[in-house]
Amino acid sequence: MIEVKNLNKSFGDEHVLKDISVLFEEGKVNMIIGQSGSGKSVFTKCVVGLHKPDTGEVLYEGKNFLEMDIDEKTEIRTNIGMLFQASALFDSMTVEENIMFPLTMFTNKSKAEMLTRANECLDRVNLKGVNKAYPAEISGGMQKRIAIARAIAMKPKFLFCDEPNSGLDPQTAIVIDNLIRDLTYEMNITTVVITHDMNSVIEIGDNIMFIYKGEKWWEGSKEDILRTDNKEIGDFVYASEFMKTLRNKLA
Amino acid sequence: MTNLLFHIGQYFLLLKRAFSRPEKFRIYRIRFVNEIHSIGITSLGIVSLMSVFMGAVIALQTASNMESPLLPAYTVGFTTRQSIILEFSPTIIALILAGKGGSNIASEIGTMKVTEQIDALEIMGVNSASFLILPKIMAGVFIFPFLIMISMFLGVFGGWLICASTGVVNTNDYIYGIQYDFRTFHVSYALLKTVVFAFIITTISSYFGYFSKGSALEVGRSSTQAVVYSSVFILLLNYIITQLILI
Ligand SMILES: Nc1ncnc2c1ncn2[C@@H]1O[C@H](COP(=O)(O)OP(=O)(O)O)[C@@H](O)[C@H]1O
Ligand SMILES: [Mg+2]
Repeated sequence: MIEVKNLNKSFGDEHVLKDISVLFEEGKVNMIIGQSGSGKSVFTKCVVGLHKPDTGEVLYEGKNFLEMDIDEKTEIRTNIGMLFQASALFDSMTVEENIMFPLTMFTNKSKAEMLTRANECLDRVNLKGVNKAYPAEISGGMQKRIAIARAIAMKPKFLFCDEPNSGLDPQTAIVIDNLIRDLTYEMNITTVVITHDMNSVIEIGDNIMFIYKGEKWWEGSKEDILRTDNKEIGDFVYASEFMKTLRNKLA
Repeated sequence: MTNLLFHIGQYFLLLKRAFSRPEKFRIYRIRFVNEIHSIGITSLGIVSLMSVFMGAVIALQTASNMESPLLPAYTVGFTTRQSIILEFSPTIIALILAGKGGSNIASEIGTMKVTEQIDALEIMGVNSASFLILPKIMAGVFIFPFLIMISMFLGVFGGWLICASTGVVNTNDYIYGIQYDFRTFHVSYALLKTVVFAFIITTISSYFGYFSKGSALEVGRSSTQAVVYSSVFILLLNYIITQLILI
């Protein structure tokens, strides 16, 4: 469980995040939605400590991350998996080395044990025979799956995904979404997924937070979101003809 | 001006992070060895080529500009050796290494930055500054002196080669010249400069890479800046060290 309280963040004069408070539940896919530039990535980076918020608290299982010393932070971080928008695989390492990397840095496992774990993770994301490939040699969808495999190598308690299916075709996107949901339930992870894709919201969202111009505008479940009469969220959800048609059907 | 101060401050903060808390010694050792290869050994070819030609040209220039019959013939060897050891090897080769190694370092780290690989390291709990930069500094400081010693040898050899092949100076005179009034202190001085230059090249280039933002285009800009600033600081420190030690 992660609790964020009154988080504010500015870059110079630009007040990017305005007093956001939210609770991310364990074993649930917690979604953050909003337009491009609304502050979703900055918010997530504040939560994981890549940006330092100006004010506010970020509580990981009740403990304020921002007040921890470096060892406590490292401890939390070994429990965080993160999936970046562009995968962020280490391009100087093979697929297998990428997945083993966190294990080499933070465990004392033998080479054989690490390899076993890497293969388990690859297996879990349904990839085989790519162990020795370099990230540049494989497709975007595969890169995403490998990034997931790397993120779960340490059996994380918290998983953050920044637009996990951006740049993927709709079918591959659904595979990735489902993988994230299944892992969340299987491993009881507190998962946070950023997206601006309504398909993903309907596919896997448990709790949804809508950020509008840096403010938390709305939160609720995916059933709620289809029925809300909030104007800004309506504009966002029903931006496409497809969704508009769906709304008329529902009405 | 405030901009410059900001960069200097940020540079030292990065260095502080780079020198703190190496996580796993074994991994640093592996990275150190890899870096020795990538910033040192791969430059051996260009360094050797440059050095031989530099030595040859210095010998040739000295010989052709020596008009006075009062100057002994061994002056050519002596001058070649002194120029090579004191300035050409440590400084010119450092500039070459700044161009090759510096842009290499900045673009490698810069690419990692803009593709969020550095964020990925941080998220895992790895001190990215130390993980990426420390092995490069260590490797540079360790391997550059060897490159410079090789360069010195090849430079002096290049001078000999030109004497032997064109006969501008008798090779015996040249060999007498390169041994005349030899002071090991000059070599230590050159190697000291080299260590300083290695530190400048690796840290400044890492700095520009680490704070790249935006796109691949920006990474290109960072690596250009890395080379320019490394070169400027090499020349500046070369002056300062020379002033302090030799004068
Ligand atoms: N490192 C940064 N420095 C300054 N401004 C930033 C930085 N990162 C993001 N921003 C600004 O913050 C706002 C929100 O960005 P972001 O969180 O990336 O949006 P998104 O919701 O698309 O993920 C944007 O206006 C962006 O320009
Ligand atoms: Mg974003």
